[in-house]
Amino acid sequence: MDRPSAPVREPLGGAADRDTAAAAPPGLGPRELLRWAWRQLTSMRTALLLLLLLAVAAVPGSVIPQDDVDAFAAARYRADHPRLTPVFETLGLYSVYSSPWFSAIYLLLMASLVGCILPRTRVYWRALRARPPRAPRNLTRMPVSATYDAGRGADPDAVLAAAAARLRGDRYRVEHVAGDHVSAERGYSREAGNLLFHVSVLVVLVGVAAGSLLGFKGGVIVVTGNGFSNVLTQYDEFVPGGLFDPDDLAPWSFTVDDFEVDFIAEGEQRGLPRDFSAALTYRNQPGDEPRAYDLAVNHPLRLDGGDVYLVGHGYAPHITVRDGNGDVASSGPVVFLPEDASFVSFGVVKVPDAQPTQVGLEGLFYPTFATIDGDPTTVFPDAANPALSLLLYAGDLGLDTGLSQSVYELDKDGLEQVEADDKPFRLDMALGDRIELPDGLGSVEFDGLSRWVKLQTAQTPGTWLALAGVSLALLGLMLSLFVRPRRVWVRVRAEGAEGGAGARRTLVEVAGLDRSGSSDDPGELAVAVDALARDLAGAGPAPDPEQTPDQREQQ
Amino acid sequence: MSSTDLAALSNNAITLAGVLYFAALLAHLVEWSRLRAVVADASEVTVPAEASVGGTLVATGPGSATTAAAELPRVAFWARLGIVLTAFAAVVHAVGVVTRGLAADPIRVPWGNMYEFTISASLVAVLLYLGLHRRLRLDWLGPVMVGFTWVVLLAAVRLLYVPIAPLMPSLQSPWLVIHVLAAILATGAFTVAGMASVLYLVKERSQTRGRIRPGGYLDRLPALAGMDRVAYRLHAFAFPVWTFGVLIAGPIWAENAWGRYWGWDPKEVWSFITWVVYAAYLHARATRGWKGRQAALVALVGLATLWFNFVGINYFFGDASQHSYALLQVGAALAAA
Repeated sequence: MDRPSAPVREPLGGAADRDTAAAAPPGLGPRELLRWAWRQLTSMRTALLLLLLLAVAAVPGSVIPQDDVDAFAAARYRADHPRLTPVFETLGLYSVYSSPWFSAIYLLLMASLVGCILPRTRVYWRALRARPPRAPRNLTRMPVSATYDAGRGADPDAVLAAAAARLRGDRYRVEHVAGDHVSAERGYSREAGNLLFHVSVLVVLVGVAAGSLLGFKGGVIVVTGNGFSNVLTQYDEFVPGGLFDPDDLAPWSFTVDDFEVDFIAEGEQRGLPRDFSAALTYRNQPGDEPRAYDLAVNHPLRLDGGDVYLVGHGYAPHITVRDGNGDVASSGPVVFLPEDASFVSFGVVKVPDAQPTQVGLEGLFYPTFATIDGDPTTVFPDAANPALSLLLYAGDLGLDTGLSQSVYELDKDGLEQVEADDKPFRLDMALGDRIELPDGLGSVEFDGLSRWVKLQTAQTPGTWLALAGVSLALLGLMLSLFVRPRRVWVRVRAEGAEGGAGARRTLVEVAGLDRSGSSDDPGELAVAVDALARDLAGAGPAPDPEQTPDQREQQ
Repeated sequence: MSSTDLAALSNNAITLAGVLYFAALLAHLVEWSRLRAVVADASEVTVPAEASVGGTLVATGPGSATTAAAELPRVAFWARLGIVLTAFAAVVHAVGVVTRGLAADPIRVPWGNMYEFTISASLVAVLLYLGLHRRLRLDWLGPVMVGFTWVVLLAAVRLLYVPIAPLMPSLQSPWLVIHVLAAILATGAFTVAGMASVLYLVKERSQTRGRIRPGGYLDRLPALAGMDRVAYRLHAFAFPVWTFGVLIAGPIWAENAWGRYWGWDPKEVWSFITWVVYAAYLHARATRGWKGRQAALVALVGLATLWFNFVGINYFFGDASQHSYALLQVGAALAAA
């Protein structure tokens, strides 16, 4: 399996220039052009476009089998579509998520993100240290405002002081301009959340990149009773990260002592696995005391420098082949791969050492064999009545050609099917059976049954970084969605004769401004503003409908 | 009660809930058709303009007949009947969902396959609608909501039903509760939000073409800005839940079960796509001030990807996805037995 290394492929500048050069305004020098391109890239419009483009670009990877996800399916797809394959290969459609164009989109998006974060952080830093802005001249013209009469004897400064105290209590940042007005602002954490979210996306990316560059993924099938050491040669498949050196594999090892599976025997759910687990004995270091572990799905074994996961299981019948001379040419468990959930399994036995000629066996294993309407089948996935049904081939196994060969497939180019009575010779064996082969080829014995487990190992550095990043992103997201930044101003105005006892009315004006941008709930602000104005003016809690303050929703 | 009894009870409850939703739909249809007749009177009985104060998100204007409708006891009766039937249906629906989980041996959460996910997510949608009915004044959503739920339950029972099975070992994890619950909550909320967006688009279209009949259903929908705001609030709730479900809980579980936290499995790809589209929706609303039409369109694209992920991936990419729990291959493999 060949995995493309780093997702980082396309140099950023190249893609950006190509993107913008087409529409570049005339008469600009390279510097201005670059600045103009940067501004285009970091604009909200581009960010949105890139975001939607990313969604579209992710689609083909779910339709076409991916090398990184299911190499086997991808190989089969290639074989089934010989005409499309060259085109797909060129476009990188078998590894979409590490292809140059997919990488280009998300790298551009990241660049756009950085270009957005930097200036906004500066603005936010300034806003954070600034005092709330002065009140506009006419508060009643603000989107949300309320005016109440505080009565003749009200002291403007006392009202303003009360307003300031109350707004401070509501966690506003307050600026009291004596004799004129109070300005207050709150909800600073919305923008902080916003920035946190965007920075966290970068953190996640770093974490993911670390995992795919510095880690590895491996797979191995182990028959029960056998052991495994974490070295490259013991793996059936191994996918190192771009910067991972197989010599750095940690020296842990384990033995699969036993495997147990519990199938449901009764009712509609018959044949479904209820549970399965493998009993392991492991060592973190070669000299350590061995320790026991119950490995199950959702219960991985965490080792120093790698984790082990149980991902599958199956049967390994023990098949002993004696050759024409009566010598044991092959024996022991043979891994058969399940065809489906019924655990009818397919496998092959290759006997290169057999005399006088090499032989190969190929066929099916039935865990609970039964014949239904003349067809062999299994009636249960557990091994209640195990049986083998194999076909025999003799000739050249093709193992000496130097080409690598799958152990799960017979190369039949140099082989001939062995027949008896003009029919293909078939070995139907129950456990313990022994069958003599025709033409003096020897005998085959089904002398035992083991189970095997498919284990996946992985080391993924940066996982915690990615998790921290995405958790912080969620926190930032919630702040930016649910915190409602607003400004509130309070002014006390004496109407009538200028100040003093001659004033006919003392008006308390309160205005509010929702600054969340999405304006999802101005109604709530209107209520708050009205309540504040009413309380400051000392008006009764239940307003007369005729005196409903002037409130306009921002639409 | 034995498992078999509980399973039968669950099936009956879901069927009964479907019937009750249909009855609620009929009640709402009667309500809205009667309202059509009262529009002329309503203009005479001018109700004083209601100040848009308080938590009132959607203030129906003075000319709108909804306020007048409250004056008409017969219409109000049908409206209330619709809500009561919906609430009753939701209770029965909840019984169906809970007994589905209790009927399994061992007891488990009722979202282990497509059928169970569908009945659970539609229950969440209905509960959201009922819970927010007062606060967001969702009367106008009634017929669409119960009609949709009825269709979904019908589809679940007719097309998706599978007998109760225990969880396969890969699903036996506390993360099933967390990850799938988050997905269900978000799916329910996105769906209700999508209904508001669809109605928004329909009304907006008719309005620009000047084809809204006074007193008709569209006329009685809240003002466009109000519907837009309802949709936004529901999306703003659903998006963090979705983020948590598919980008935190999902990867943690995937790392535990499969040894990788993100593997571009088709289901993962499409939940990522859904996430990106809804992120674009919120981004556009927050920064570009996109409201109304464009925002509603983006939101509906998001909803389409969400449902495609649920239905399409399971059917079209069944074998390729590690998430294809809905398909019981064992059943087919052992059919001969």
